[in-house]
Amino acid sequence: MPHRKSLSMIWRRIPERYRLEGTRCATCGRYFFPPRSFCPDCRRKGRIEKATLSGKGKVYTYTVVHVPLEGFERYAPYILAIVELDEGPKITAQIVDAEPNEIAIGMPVEMHFRRVSEDGETGIIHYGFKFAPIKA
Amino acid sequence: MVGIVGYGAYIPQYRIKVEEIAKIWGKEPETIKRGLGIYEKSVPALDEDTITISVEAARNALKHAGIEAEDIGAVYTGSESHPYAVKPTSTVVGEAIHATPKMTSADYEFACKAGTAAIQTCMGLVKAGMIRYGLAIGADTSQGRPGDALEYTAAAGGAAFIIGNNDVVATIDETYSYTTDTPDFWRREGQEYPRHGARFTGEPAYFKHVIMATKGLLEKTKTVVEDYDYFVFHQPNGKFPMRAAKKLGIPKEKIETGLLTPWIGNTYSGATLLGLAAVLDVAQPGERILATSFGSGAGSDSFAITVTKEIEKKRKRITPVRYYMERKKYLSYGEYVKHRKKIKM
Repeated sequence: MPHRKSLSMIWRRIPERYRLEGTRCATCGRYFFPPRSFCPDCRRKGRIEKATLSGKGKVYTYTVVHVPLEGFERYAPYILAIVELDEGPKITAQIVDAEPNEIAIGMPVEMHFRRVSEDGETGIIHYGFKFAPIKA
Repeated sequence: MVGIVGYGAYIPQYRIKVEEIAKIWGKEPETIKRGLGIYEKSVPALDEDTITISVEAARNALKHAGIEAEDIGAVYTGSESHPYAVKPTSTVVGEAIHATPKMTSADYEFACKAGTAAIQTCMGLVKAGMIRYGLAIGADTSQGRPGDALEYTAAAGGAAFIIGNNDVVATIDETYSYTTDTPDFWRREGQEYPRHGARFTGEPAYFKHVIMATKGLLEKTKTVVEDYDYFVFHQPNGKFPMRAAKKLGIPKEKIETGLLTPWIGNTYSGATLLGLAAVLDVAQPGERILATSFGSGAGSDSFAITVTKEIEKKRKRITPVRYYMERKKYLSYGEYVKHRKKIKM
């Protein structure tokens, strides 16, 4: 079995995984994803509020995974990237709808909704964000 | 007046050609292409299913409509390939677009016509003043038994329609349904692949229901074929909708814009809705569309639609069906088998 996540953990992260819901400091404007409840710049003067990110960004760096984790065998070789979102935060995500020779650092990408993993044949299906090159 | 506030399409990028399937089963590809009127079909990516297709289509529809997701009071998803037998597709869609939690929701199933049934439900709720906007989706990642005729056509895709009273790109002037118990196609609980009545799926099933629903709508609205600029029929293959059009005296040109199956296959609950979306992508204000779905089991929902001026204002926000039709990557039969999870690991 692949790494098993508890139901409550999957459920708690639905807003961030499904629609990139993060936070933002209203004092300095900095965005946080995954969401933070404290602004390390403004400290006590910081005011944290919910903020949904646009889902647009660019490839900051990437790697091609040839030796997949358990549960991801069908995907290999697949692209795993750090995406720098337009609002600033950098997040790790799979790049889909592109082959390893079609990806480059700096390439504009956007969020798509995909299956991330599933708890076997009978368990819960875990959905969330992945990224793909932006359509022309 | 009740109508379409916005719509969105989604078709996965993968395709498999008739030749690639035919050679595995020792069939003559030209005979199949001629017989079914199909060249290739769409195949979902490894991480795509009816839920992900529905979310992508719903997000496109929201962007096109230009409304706030929280104003959507109902989400209905029609499909015969919901990823869960118990646990709704529509709640995942509602959460992904953030229409939750103040909304009502359910999943629909009626072979290939569950998406148009969802539209009718939303129309009723909007007309009754119970909701401001309703989101109706038809999406599928259908499977045919390997070697069966369905394997050449069972495809993946979907479309989402936001139904409301204000700023509609097209009014839905009338709807008419025709439903009977007809055993033309079915899948028993727990079974992986459907079964069908082969030739029985034609005359007593598809043609009878599509034609009776379309004629019923024309009668109810006191209109004739000549009053409409476009017709969209459910398209299980490339041949049936053309033959239905011929029987109804509809010229070929009026049906071609909404006929996508030859190039993407039968997207089941997505088929009529994607055809309608392709027509709306190019239709001009004042033009009239007649769309009739068909679901095995069996039934048809027919809609009389008139395009409004609003369509031009919103057109720049649409991702056209054409975009999804043209982006494609071909799979070998081996890759297709992997994509459709027919390899046991």
